[in-house]
Amino acid sequence: MYSFLIILFGSIFIRKRFDFAVKHPQLDGFLKFSWVLALLALLSKSSIQNYTGWSINPVWYLLLAFVFYCYWEVSEKQKDDTIIWSALAFMIVSVISEASEVYAPAFYEEYANYMNFASTGSFISVIAFGIGVSKQQKALKEEQEKNELTTRRKDELEVLVQQRTSEILEQKEELQHTLNELKATQAQLIQSEKLASLGELTAGIAHEIQNPLNFVNNFSELTKELAHELEEESAKKENRDIDLEKELIHDIMENLSKINHHGNRASSIVKNMLEHSRTSTGTVEKVHINKLCDEYLRLSYHGLRAKDKSFNSDFKMVLDPNVGTIEVVPQDFGRVLLNILNNAFYAVKAKLESKKEGFKPMVTISTELLKEENQIKISIKDNGNGVTEENKTKIFQPFFTTKPAGEGTGLGLSLSHDIIAAHGGEIRVVSKINEGSEFIIILPNKLEVLIHN
Amino acid sequence: MKILVVDDELDVKDLFLQKFRKEIKNGEIIFAFAHSGEDALIYLQEHESEAVLILSDINMPGMTGIELLRQIRTNYKKPPPTVMMITAYGDDENKQQAKEYGADDFLTKPVNFADLKTKLFAGH
Repeated sequence: MYSFLIILFGSIFIRKRFDFAVKHPQLDGFLKFSWVLALLALLSKSSIQNYTGWSINPVWYLLLAFVFYCYWEVSEKQKDDTIIWSALAFMIVSVISEASEVYAPAFYEEYANYMNFASTGSFISVIAFGIGVSKQQKALKEEQEKNELTTRRKDELEVLVQQRTSEILEQKEELQHTLNELKATQAQLIQSEKLASLGELTAGIAHEIQNPLNFVNNFSELTKELAHELEEESAKKENRDIDLEKELIHDIMENLSKINHHGNRASSIVKNMLEHSRTSTGTVEKVHINKLCDEYLRLSYHGLRAKDKSFNSDFKMVLDPNVGTIEVVPQDFGRVLLNILNNAFYAVKAKLESKKEGFKPMVTISTELLKEENQIKISIKDNGNGVTEENKTKIFQPFFTTKPAGEGTGLGLSLSHDIIAAHGGEIRVVSKINEGSEFIIILPNKLEVLIHN
Repeated sequence: MKILVVDDELDVKDLFLQKFRKEIKNGEIIFAFAHSGEDALIYLQEHESEAVLILSDINMPGMTGIELLRQIRTNYKKPPPTVMMITAYGDDENKQQAKEYGADDFLTKPVNFADLKTKLFAGH
């Protein structure tokens, strides 16, 4: 009597539990069929028995066996055995009870109560186990779902992390690109700054080359005259003026060394100019600091003069003869001197233009050997308007300039600062408003480590 | 004749002394040298009674030749000394200005001494 219920609920349970429609479509058909059959058989049980006199119990048992077969097939066999065994027990009890009812009515009569009791008990146990398993499955399913959710979240997170990582990588690439661009621009700026200061130099260079060349021309011409005079005098047979001859020889010798000196002066200017425009090779050379100061002071002065004829300034050199040669990168170091000197002349020019009463522009460059510290001090001083306290802190920053737009790149002092630092030295400014500024460069007397830009 | 040569380049002195060796020996010319416009003014102050021909470079640090000329023209009127300016090649701007301030003559660097001698002895 209970077996039809087991078939009804069991087939529903199994189909749902194991997702038969998708996973086992061929068995699913049979299961559905057995479910319908069980329902029909239940509804028509009494009429079939009445008309045909057959017991339909065997059909139920077959269906029941089929349902359990399905279950056995698809379940993971050992996991839920209890339900199988309890169902089997129910089947055996039912078969015995039915069989004895038909074939041994006397025996059945006697033990009907027990049999009913056993049948009901085993039915209940099947139901109970079914509910237990179902609950267990439900819990399992929940846990699985939970796991799936966690996995899904993990996957989502992983995707997110990957996304972020690639975003960051992209940003890094972009930054690298920008950095490269900045570096290229910086190199360009340095070059253009160099060329700008060279442009300011050209006129000064022309003057500074023309002047010694004039001397070379004048003295060589003069020396030729003196030589002729000497030749004439020495050709005299009588009354040779030995004193005059001596004087002439002395002058000739002196003039030749003057020609040599001025020739060197001109070629040194050309050499410096070329070095100035050349990309720094970063190689160190022994440089006579005083000579370099002298040259660049003149270059700067004449450069500014050539640009603005109405401007003039006095300049002074106080060069310590104890300062000898030190190893520097000449192009770089020359640029520092030129930058600061140009600034100094620019400052006195600005003050001159503001028409301060009785103002006499003066730029002084001085060198000094600091024996105790074994350092060389180079000072470039002007009596211009000075630097404000606020600007003093910014003066060595790149792109900072007080010049009108287009006149200064704002890189001169910042580059100078870097170059001096690379030479292991330091540069600082001392300034008083309305009184002037002094840029002081301190260099180790013997330079060792050099970096170039 | 006394000539005051004003130039910031020291070697100019030797150049003139040698070029005018004979004239100096003969006593035809006496040279004085100043290395800046300021020095030149001091010299003129100290030798106020002498008639001097001034030969000045223009491009000098501190006081330029133009400024020197201007001061000479304002301070020394009786008699106004002869002032010759030495200009760099192509420096027309300064030349024009010197003319306006009353420069008597011009020489272009490098100085052609033959030319200079002719000029000196033509005027005196």
